[in-house]
Amino acid sequence: MSAIPDQPARDKFQLSQLIYDTRYRSLTIQIFAFMLLAIALFWLGRNTVINLAALGKDFDFGFLGQRAGYDINQSLIPYSSASSHGRAALVGILNTMLVAALGCTLALVVGTIAGVLRLSNNWLVAKIMTVYVEMFRNVPVLLWIIAFFAILNESTPSPRDFGENGDASLLFGSIAVTNRGVYIPRPTPLDGAGWAVWALVAIVVVSIAAIIVYRGYAKRQQQTTGRILPVFRVSLALFFAPAIIAFFLLGMPLSLDYPELGGFNFQGGIMMRNSLIALWLALSLYTGAFIAEIVRGGILSVSKGQTEAAFALGLRPSRTMNLVILPQALRVIIPPLISQFLNLTKNSSLAIAVGYMDVRSTLGGITINQTGRELEGMLLLGLFYLVLSLVISASMNFYNSTIKLKER
Amino acid sequence: MSDLHAQTVPYVRESMVPQGEPPATERGAVKWMRENLFSSWFNAILTIIGLAFVAWVLMHIVPWFWNSIWFAGSLTACREIRDATWGAGAPSACFSVITDRWQQLLLGFYPSELYWRPITALVLFGVAVAPVLFTRVPRQLLWFSAIYPVAMVWLLWGGTIWPYLLVLAGFALGVPAYRIGAKAVAPLLGVVAAIAVPILFWVFVLPPLSGALSSALPIGLEAVPSRAMGGFMLSFIIGVSGIALSLPLGILLALGRQSHLIFIHAVSVAFIELMRGVPLIVWLFTASLLLNYFLPPGTTFDLTLRVVIMVTFFASAYMAEVIRGGLAALPRGQYEAADSLGLDYWKAMRLIILPQALKISIPGIVNTFIGLFKDTTLVVFIGLLDPIGLSNAIRATTDWNGIYWELFIFIGALFFICCFAMSRYSMYLEQKLRTDHR
Repeated sequence: MSAIPDQPARDKFQLSQLIYDTRYRSLTIQIFAFMLLAIALFWLGRNTVINLAALGKDFDFGFLGQRAGYDINQSLIPYSSASSHGRAALVGILNTMLVAALGCTLALVVGTIAGVLRLSNNWLVAKIMTVYVEMFRNVPVLLWIIAFFAILNESTPSPRDFGENGDASLLFGSIAVTNRGVYIPRPTPLDGAGWAVWALVAIVVVSIAAIIVYRGYAKRQQQTTGRILPVFRVSLALFFAPAIIAFFLLGMPLSLDYPELGGFNFQGGIMMRNSLIALWLALSLYTGAFIAEIVRGGILSVSKGQTEAAFALGLRPSRTMNLVILPQALRVIIPPLISQFLNLTKNSSLAIAVGYMDVRSTLGGITINQTGRELEGMLLLGLFYLVLSLVISASMNFYNSTIKLKER
Repeated sequence: MSDLHAQTVPYVRESMVPQGEPPATERGAVKWMRENLFSSWFNAILTIIGLAFVAWVLMHIVPWFWNSIWFAGSLTACREIRDATWGAGAPSACFSVITDRWQQLLLGFYPSELYWRPITALVLFGVAVAPVLFTRVPRQLLWFSAIYPVAMVWLLWGGTIWPYLLVLAGFALGVPAYRIGAKAVAPLLGVVAAIAVPILFWVFVLPPLSGALSSALPIGLEAVPSRAMGGFMLSFIIGVSGIALSLPLGILLALGRQSHLIFIHAVSVAFIELMRGVPLIVWLFTASLLLNYFLPPGTTFDLTLRVVIMVTFFASAYMAEVIRGGLAALPRGQYEAADSLGLDYWKAMRLIILPQALKISIPGIVNTFIGLFKDTTLVVFIGLLDPIGLSNAIRATTDWNGIYWELFIFIGALFFICCFAMSRYSMYLEQKLRTDHR
């Protein structure tokens, strides 16, 4: 008995097979979709060309090299109004990265603390954290940013109040909180001690390398002999001890440049504008509320049996946390955590609400207004955010694949 | 053994002592406090810090609220009343700004004699959304939910009724088009016909026909321009339209991303990553600055509509990722079971896969909705007057210059109520749809 062939012979191809035969239908659908998309893109592109021609504009990125002609009040790299639009964009990018990095760090700290405390058996603290999380999660972040900015501007003293007649004073004798910004001491190398600072930096780098090596060694020791070496304390010592000893051996090459009242404003120190601080705090507390929920969910996702099993094996609570609970909870926590970091980075574009000069305000704002290059400017801006997101999510996927449960 | 006991023990108690109360530390408030507030020295410290914090916050907020002034014409008037009643410099909220301007904060510059229209639209929204949210509401109301979007647009924007009726007629034409197409050739063609016929009808028949009908029989409401829309109403319109449109689009994108058709998969991935990778505010600027480049010269396009489309695209990309998670979480056996029953792709999705996948993704979907609703505040940057934009406008007047907190609290409370209600509803829905044994 021969099996009935379930596919008709090839030579009898009929046109209707393009719709009815599953082998060809998927191809038909895809070609149809491709044609529709190609037509749509062509239509958009043609419209753009016609519109650009009608406006007398061309498509040219040459404006990036032209003189910007506007000032940026907060810049991590040297910049003046004589610099180019490209450099202004770079200043903006660095400012975006700065607030994103500061925000992610603080959000992680706040979120972890709030998430753990929400699970606390202390009723009062758990309730306070619940109120915090619900209050921040359910109100737009833009409102928080504006509110924090208003707090900083309204309730802090002006620099004048730090003078002889004013009633304001420096925090810890070195930090000035004013309605223009917060001034913190700036570490500056002593004259002719630049090499010593670099030596210090090198020592810190070497210490970090040593910590990594030591951790690997401790892990191998544990896996081969079962002996557990102290990791946390040794890492701490490795990080701080060489740097501190070297600092004193090199004759204390760094001094602190304190902010001082000169005229109507503070001179010296590092000035963090209120726009930066408001944005930083609002973004961190807002994202922190989401991270708190993620952390809480992650800890709850590890079943109680795991803790009990670890205790039954005779592990102490700290080891139970480090070796049993955290590795499993982190697997649940990390992916949404990274996407929260991404959200924070993208939300930093709301800097426009407080006048912080991030990349959207320089490249996507003033540069576009001055040069009239909306198309090119928005394209570059979108590309920057897209690349940033893709890099972060690619690294997340990589990390995810290294820690996920290996099955089948 | 018992007899041995009786002989060795000289005294056996015959009457029991009545049960006493538990010790004072083991009952009532004291027990609760010992367990929940002071179970260890660390917890005791936390409790004290927490109490101090709460006391500090209350000390600042309560007098401010208690002394609030609700009816005054301006901030200066507020201050005068405060100085007269509570003494100069006393903390005092001036909620007069809300009682003075609440209509503007809620409805923007909508003509005040037409306020009945947004209010009716809101009431009808409740009626339309009830059968979608709660299964106990009569199912026939779903028909009303289906026509509500068109009715809402007509109520709010006004104009003659004909274009709106003809839009509905276009949808109605889709049904016979599907039947005829499916019967004559194949279901696939039926679907194509059901999509193509209404679109052709709207593009070619609707404009002349509605023009003719409007001039012949001008039945309708007074037209209200888009720039009159503002305040919380605008956030609500954008939010609700975005929510209603982004769910189906998100489902399609998620299915596209899971698809075996390489081209469809690639396009879905590209769209999702592009939308998610760039902040919404950049997309909104694109919609307001660049859209004119991409459309034929001379096209005008309502800004509110552009914003709705952008917000929908943005949210649908997030939605697609959430639903993809749900699809991926389903065991492979479910897909294989659907195949082995001989269901085709759409039937398998509709009857087996999606009901389960969507159920898994409910928390994520509602979180996306909440995020979308909160993101509607970003339209302030492209010049639409949402509540935050209006609060800036109110602050710019001489009467209310310098007033912050009262406005922030009011706006924040509006959003909080809506978002909190959504998250509670998602919890209720999860509870209701839970089928596993616990």
